[in-house]
Amino acid sequence: MHHLSLIWTFFRIGILNELAYRINFYVQLLQSLLSLGTAIGGLAIVFSHTDSLGGWQAVDILALLGVFMFVGGIIRLVIQPSMAQLMEDVRQGTLDFTLTKPRDAQFLISISQVRIWRVIDIFLGIAVLLTALIYRGLDIGFTDVLLFVLVLFTGGAIIYSFWLMLATLTFWFLRIENILVIFQSMYEAGRWPIGIYPHWLRFVLTFLVPVAFAITVPAEALSGRLTTESIVISIVLSIFMLAFSRWFWKRGLKNYSGASA
Amino acid sequence: MKHYLEIYWAFFKTTIAVQFQYRASMSIWMIGRVLEPVVYLVVWATVANARGGMVGDYNPEDFAAYYIVLMIVNQFTFTWVMHEYDYRIRQGALSVLLLKPVHPIHSDIADNISYKVLMSFIVFPTAILLYILFDPNLLFHLQTFALFLCALTIAFFMRFFIEWTLALIAFWTTRNEAINQMYFTLGLFLSGRIAPIELLPNLVQQIANILPFRWAVAFPVELMLGRLSNEQIWHGFTMQGMWLVISLVLLKIVWRSGIKKYSAVGS
Repeated sequence: MHHLSLIWTFFRIGILNELAYRINFYVQLLQSLLSLGTAIGGLAIVFSHTDSLGGWQAVDILALLGVFMFVGGIIRLVIQPSMAQLMEDVRQGTLDFTLTKPRDAQFLISISQVRIWRVIDIFLGIAVLLTALIYRGLDIGFTDVLLFVLVLFTGGAIIYSFWLMLATLTFWFLRIENILVIFQSMYEAGRWPIGIYPHWLRFVLTFLVPVAFAITVPAEALSGRLTTESIVISIVLSIFMLAFSRWFWKRGLKNYSGASA
Repeated sequence: MKHYLEIYWAFFKTTIAVQFQYRASMSIWMIGRVLEPVVYLVVWATVANARGGMVGDYNPEDFAAYYIVLMIVNQFTFTWVMHEYDYRIRQGALSVLLLKPVHPIHSDIADNISYKVLMSFIVFPTAILLYILFDPNLLFHLQTFALFLCALTIAFFMRFFIEWTLALIAFWTTRNEAINQMYFTLGLFLSGRIAPIELLPNLVQQIANILPFRWAVAFPVELMLGRLSNEQIWHGFTMQGMWLVISLVLLKIVWRSGIKKYSAVGS
């Protein structure tokens, strides 16, 4: 319960910070609409030459795009800025302020920064997803929805753990903020179903940069093509990644020497 | 002329040394510029296979050739000045550049060329790797290659002048990310990155024929692939020449009025 109220506090700070720069809202809105327009334009061009792409209909790929925007929005809302802040704090030695607080440090660093206008991407993602589902005639069963929510959570957990591990590397290698760029570049590949890529790229996008579990798998749940195998792997991998990243974080923290050391 | 050669030589010596310090970051930033063409290569090859082998004039091996050459062209012609100018003007870093006895564009050109020279040690191995992975339909003709190099050089300067001019918008507004993104979005469609131009809807193709994007990226690519008739090649070079002149004139005008607006921070 206490954690929830802390999350709310950080969100409120995020909102207050951004309200000072209201023009940012319009800039962000314009940028989000532009990237939505680009994505839909790209889809329209591809599907003007074909009916299906690797077995996916246009409307299924639209749903996939919704998931892509939604997950991307969450990453840029809190995960990416918080992890960037962590790397900065380790470099500057200001992580001391977080470590001395009477709450779990991993939890605090994970929500320390909130870029509130990024919720636009999250809302647009939901809108695109709903549009796709309504266009299909809402032919989706209750179990499918439950499965979707389940694999969306496990996918989110995998992505979060992955980011935490990337950011934790900073305890050993101080100047690696560019490593976050790798993720952003690879994430772009997730706007198409992973299945169309050649084996080597599919492997990279599944296990090295786990975009597949966060986007393709949830979208598969919505179009009824989710296999039991994917569900099991998603659950097992998310538990493993959460545990491993937690261990890795604690291991890295031991390496931290503080501000003036 | 000799004077400029000396200046550029001096710039190259410093910029190569500076760029070399950032080699790791440079390679990381390149991942996105390699992955994007690979993604569209795969998408279009999948579409072609689903339709029995062809989309328009392209089969999967043609798409592979198209996107591998596009990766190289984009890599050698892109600039980052639009992002940099925002910082230069907001933080007043431009003042230092203005104090130098040559126009600041020269150090940017030198900087950009050094970067491309260093990056070619990664770009070419990457292109060879993609060649092995995707088996493109790419034949090498010396004459075509010579024309391609000309088109690529003009494309580099054309794109450089256009983006340098757009970057100067930062003199009037400090919020130019939105403008940058609009330019970037147009480029994605009109320079042939999302799909080869001939696969776009007719209206979009007509817009692409007028604006510079196509001539800066898709034209050299199609030229290298040997897809253009002599007539189309000369039309392409004419359009490139026209945009080169237009962008230079615009650059001069915008620079002159922008510099009057500039009041360095802290002065």
